[in-house]
Amino acid sequence: MAFLEINNLHKRFGAVDVLKGINLQVDEGGFLVLVGPSGCGKSTLLNTIAGLETISEGEIRINGRAVNDLHPSQRDIAMVFQSYALYPNMSVGQNIAFGMEMRGVPKAERDKAVAEVAKTLQISHLLDRKPSQLSGGQRQRVAMGRALVRNPQVFLFDEPLSNLDAKLRVDMRTEIKRLHQSMKTTIVYVTHDQIEAMTLATKIAVLKDGLLQQFGTPHEIYNNPANLFVADFMGSPAMNLIPAKIEANGAGCAVVLARDGNPPLHLRAANEALRAHAGQEVIFGLRPEAITDESGADRMAGGVVKADCQVEVVEPAGADTYVVTRLGGREVIGRMRSDMQVAPHSTVPFAFNMDKAVFFDPKSERRIA
Amino acid sequence: MSQATPETAVRTSLLVRALIYAVLLIFAVYYLLPLFVMLVNSVKPLDEIRQGNMLALPQVFTLDPWRSAWSTAQIGVQPTGLRPYFINSVLMVIPAVAISTLLGAMNGYVLTKWRFRGDGIVFGLLLFACFIPFQIVLIPMARILGLLGLAGSTPGLVLVHVIYGLGFTTLFFRNYYDAFPTELIRAAQIDGAGFFRIFWRILLPSSGPIIVVTVIWQFTNIWNDFLFGASFADVDSQPVTIALNNLVSSSTGVKEYNVHFAGAVLAALPTLIVYIVSGRYFVRGLMAGAVKG
Repeated sequence: MAFLEINNLHKRFGAVDVLKGINLQVDEGGFLVLVGPSGCGKSTLLNTIAGLETISEGEIRINGRAVNDLHPSQRDIAMVFQSYALYPNMSVGQNIAFGMEMRGVPKAERDKAVAEVAKTLQISHLLDRKPSQLSGGQRQRVAMGRALVRNPQVFLFDEPLSNLDAKLRVDMRTEIKRLHQSMKTTIVYVTHDQIEAMTLATKIAVLKDGLLQQFGTPHEIYNNPANLFVADFMGSPAMNLIPAKIEANGAGCAVVLARDGNPPLHLRAANEALRAHAGQEVIFGLRPEAITDESGADRMAGGVVKADCQVEVVEPAGADTYVVTRLGGREVIGRMRSDMQVAPHSTVPFAFNMDKAVFFDPKSERRIA
Repeated sequence: MSQATPETAVRTSLLVRALIYAVLLIFAVYYLLPLFVMLVNSVKPLDEIRQGNMLALPQVFTLDPWRSAWSTAQIGVQPTGLRPYFINSVLMVIPAVAISTLLGAMNGYVLTKWRFRGDGIVFGLLLFACFIPFQIVLIPMARILGLLGLAGSTPGLVLVHVIYGLGFTTLFFRNYYDAFPTELIRAAQIDGAGFFRIFWRILLPSSGPIIVVTVIWQFTNIWNDFLFGASFADVDSQPVTIALNNLVSSSTGVKEYNVHFAGAVLAALPTLIVYIVSGRYFVRGLMAGAVKG
């Protein structure tokens, strides 16, 4: 039995369905990331786990105990909010100790617990300050301290890093991951940042419009997206999604991509499932790192297809150079080594790693191969 | 098009500035003149006022009018001065302000953070209280006070002022708490604080500026009220505003203008002090909030 179970969860605000039957299971010590665009219901889902929102239907179990009707303070959870939600009138120490104070823990014990947590998070020197005297990163630590000190069964994080600047965000991300590795407490984490989701999660749940799109490990979500939405949402730069036609071609088949002013590009694909769709229009998906220069192609890959394409734009990004070409009427981004000298409007050889190709039905938007 | 050189720019701005200051000065004098007349004439013997020059500084300085207004002047039939009525006012205004502010804060808290079905209508009805003219409620209020056995007493007046103040205090606190982050309430809920604990420990300590605004507003209104005092108070519970009226408009004996002036200043003093003292805290509170960001 999973540690945190969410069974057929529905949430309605009046006539509006915000969550439409969510099923999720997280093992003890797991790190579940709920990811999706704004308004997909991920924060609502987190709030229902916390007990800050009631649920319309379904069940939430923590460690085998149904918590549907329990008050937030009795669910043995702790939450870190997006705005940190530090009590402005209390010092850092009082903020961290407030939960214990409410539960009637004696002062000496409280002080000890606060000191311990402050040491873990390296905020011991800040305990007497007011939240208004802290920087964003320090406030974030205090908010985490307030959650840590409770030693709960589940931690809930509601977009905790979205108010930090880019560099600090990366640092705190690493810190949260380190904290999770040392504490091994179950975490549910909400974000709209797919990189955060990829780096932190042991399981990712992608949500859209209150529906679970896909639930799996980061590797599964990234390499085997269940539908067009997940493919497009996860990954940066986003996966190239190109309208294409499938043609049977001897033992395998070929993906045919239209090109302006040039004959169509045929990419051979040794994909069994694809043969069933010969003659059909599909959406062909290939991540930028699977479109490279010839020598940058994955040597372990079996199905690398080379083709000359005209370069539209070149975007050097330091570690890599992104090269934009046009196929099937769409901009297609490839990732080349940074020491490749590519000029705009020149024609250069591209290597397409067809092992990584995924195919979707343009109507249902589901994965077909 | 004329090109403004830096020199002319400075000169014109100086001129404009001088004009602004002149206008401001004239208005300041204009508004301060009544206070000046009151203060100056409250420390003159009556003879000096009778000579006719109200604006002149006193030739003989005396505090007798103040003493008289405070403790010996004839108010109605008793030569008690304003003192007992002043005390009545204090006994009325302190609980009335405290209770209406606290209830307003509680209302604002519930209306913003514990939303319920129809809360908008409740708030609308409360707001309505701000627009009902005092005169309309006089007779029903008298009836209710009678039924409650509070007619002609200070607690009765307190009740009237609390009820009348609730509309405004609720409005103030609701708007203030509307901008108060709901995540803080949620964090406190998870920490295990209940309805009242969140109110006392989280919300009220962060409400300094709006408490000051509400207290100033309520204190001035209740202290200065004449109509409710005249309608619902007995002789032994009349507020100072009624006593001042009785002092000034008595139709027997000599009109002691200097005593009247002193009495008027005395009656106005508490509101003045509240403005001067808490007005500063008000600005300070606003500034602190602005810098915190």
